[in-house]
Amino acid sequence: MTTLSRIVSRLRPALSVQLGALVLVLLGNWVLFPGFFDLSVQDGRLFGSLIDVANRGAPVAILAIGMTLVIATRGVDLSVGAVMAVSGAIAATLVEAGYPAGVAVPLALVAGVACGAWNGFLISVLEMQPIVATLVLMVAGRGVAQLITNGSIVTFDDPWLTFLGNGTVLGLPMAPILLVLLALATILLVRRTALGLFIEAVGVNPSAARFAGLRSKLVVMIVYSFAGFCAGLAGLLVAADIQGADANNAGLWLELDAILAVVIGGTSLMGGRFSVVLSIIGAMIIQATNTGILVSGLPPEFNLIVKAAVILAILVLQSPLAAGLLRQRPGSRP
Amino acid sequence: MNRALRPLVATCLIFVLAYAAAALQYPALLSSRVLGDLLTDNAFLGITAVGMTFVILSGGIDLSVGAVIGFSGVLAAVLITSVGLHPLVAFAVTLAVAAAFGAAMGCVIHYLQVPSFIVTLAGMFLARGAASILTQDSIPISHPFYHDVSTLFLKLPGGGRITAIGALMLMVFALGTLLAHRTRFGANVYAIGGNATSASLMGVPIGQTTILIYTLSSFLAGLGGIVFSLYTSAGYPLAAVGVELDVICAVVIGGTLLAGGYGFVVGTFIGVMLQGLVQVYIIFDGTLSSWWTKIVIGFLLFLFILMQRFVFSATALRRTE
Repeated sequence: MTTLSRIVSRLRPALSVQLGALVLVLLGNWVLFPGFFDLSVQDGRLFGSLIDVANRGAPVAILAIGMTLVIATRGVDLSVGAVMAVSGAIAATLVEAGYPAGVAVPLALVAGVACGAWNGFLISVLEMQPIVATLVLMVAGRGVAQLITNGSIVTFDDPWLTFLGNGTVLGLPMAPILLVLLALATILLVRRTALGLFIEAVGVNPSAARFAGLRSKLVVMIVYSFAGFCAGLAGLLVAADIQGADANNAGLWLELDAILAVVIGGTSLMGGRFSVVLSIIGAMIIQATNTGILVSGLPPEFNLIVKAAVILAILVLQSPLAAGLLRQRPGSRP
Repeated sequence: MNRALRPLVATCLIFVLAYAAAALQYPALLSSRVLGDLLTDNAFLGITAVGMTFVILSGGIDLSVGAVIGFSGVLAAVLITSVGLHPLVAFAVTLAVAAAFGAAMGCVIHYLQVPSFIVTLAGMFLARGAASILTQDSIPISHPFYHDVSTLFLKLPGGGRITAIGALMLMVFALGTLLAHRTRFGANVYAIGGNATSASLMGVPIGQTTILIYTLSSFLAGLGGIVFSLYTSAGYPLAAVGVELDVICAVVIGGTLLAGGYGFVVGTFIGVMLQGLVQVYIIFDGTLSSWWTKIVIGFLLFLFILMQRFVFSATALRRTE
């Protein structure tokens, strides 16, 4: 019980900052568009801007879950966007070839895990820098996806695969439901077992973790495979949403959004302490800002400038410079 | 043989072998026309890659170059067509803006001590957003100067031509080589890439050098953008999307160590030409789709990173012991 309360007290100040930011962005949207918080039920499913934010933000949030663990090990995965394209291409091509969704979906997810395991192999066994190792798949992955789809956009109308993107359970769209399930499973896995501790140990000091008897290589392997799984799932959702696999554009630049979501969530790029929940909130802040800019009538490109400003603000807050200034404040501990 | 030269030799060898294999199949590849076009088509890529070589030599990375190419192309186009400046004046303004942008990124990287890839990621968003706010559409440039430049070329025996922008790329590579190997700035870049702590203890001005490196990279990306606008006679905010990846690949395939501290500007030139060769081969073949380029480049990238791993494993071991 004491550990639980300690965790809560440790998280609370951080949690409030990100939640506050999300509420602020949502309120901003509400000012621009008074109907923002309206929810209505039509044909047995919920409609409203809030649901829309959750639905559209889900793929990036799912990527961010995997990316959080990767960044916690002091790594980064640039290939998730390309892996999304691969998994979407596999699912669409298999379904079009007449296989049931029950075969296509697991195979697409396995492909995602395989891509992640390849990254993990390069990083843990061949000891490449993560940014370099994942760059290989980022470049080649889209080519592989196009090889699978034969260079065209493969469309499909399989009801079960489409259900992943457009279906509802209890009036809620599938994407946010899958996001919540995945988040719960991940949090249970990293907080109820020692895995989370291992990940943080590898991120803080890989050598020390190894000397302490930790199988760092296995941990890194698992983490990248999991990031590949998340990318595979996100790719399925994006493909199911438009009922087609577009090898060129599926997941394009989403790796950057996922990294941004993790950074907004407060996980340090230097590895160590991480929070899955805060990364998901980070992804939702990004999506709510996107929606706000669209609603306000500003050109969508304005979004890029807002994102840049957000990154800069976070960097300044996290930098040693700011930490030094805060420490010099009278009354605080030296 | 000096083991430090091995990656460079390997790059050259692969290029020669690949070129020979391709030429055996399509003898027309040997003509000076193809060689001249190889220079012209990859001019903007090569110029940008020189700046990236310095960034990677120092152990950093610059993800903003593609966006800076797009931004400077648009800025030059706006200054020429809407403001009515002479292209040369517009180029000077554009280059100054690009260099200032790089200097700002260098300052953030140095003074806030954050990884270069996240700062230049923000720079990428910023430059792309700024370009899109300047204009949403492609701006055609029909100034007589652009026409003059496009008719300016050196005839090669066999009908090939070295265009002005191709020659400019060769010049940038020559100057880049001198800068890297014959100046104090170059030595400082290598020192920082080898080990930033040791370099600072030796008295290398880390801050000044870091800021200069990113200034140079953005300046050359700006020049790349101008060359791209000369090449296409237009400025387009979404030009050169994803080119940062091609540029990084060219540098790595050219034998520069991504961890920093080792590499040659000449290697980058071979890297750019190797990428160009893959594209030319696919065009000659006609049946292969262009997505094979990505797979081949990805494979080459993997091969070179793997090779660096083994060539440098002995040094790396010594360093960690």
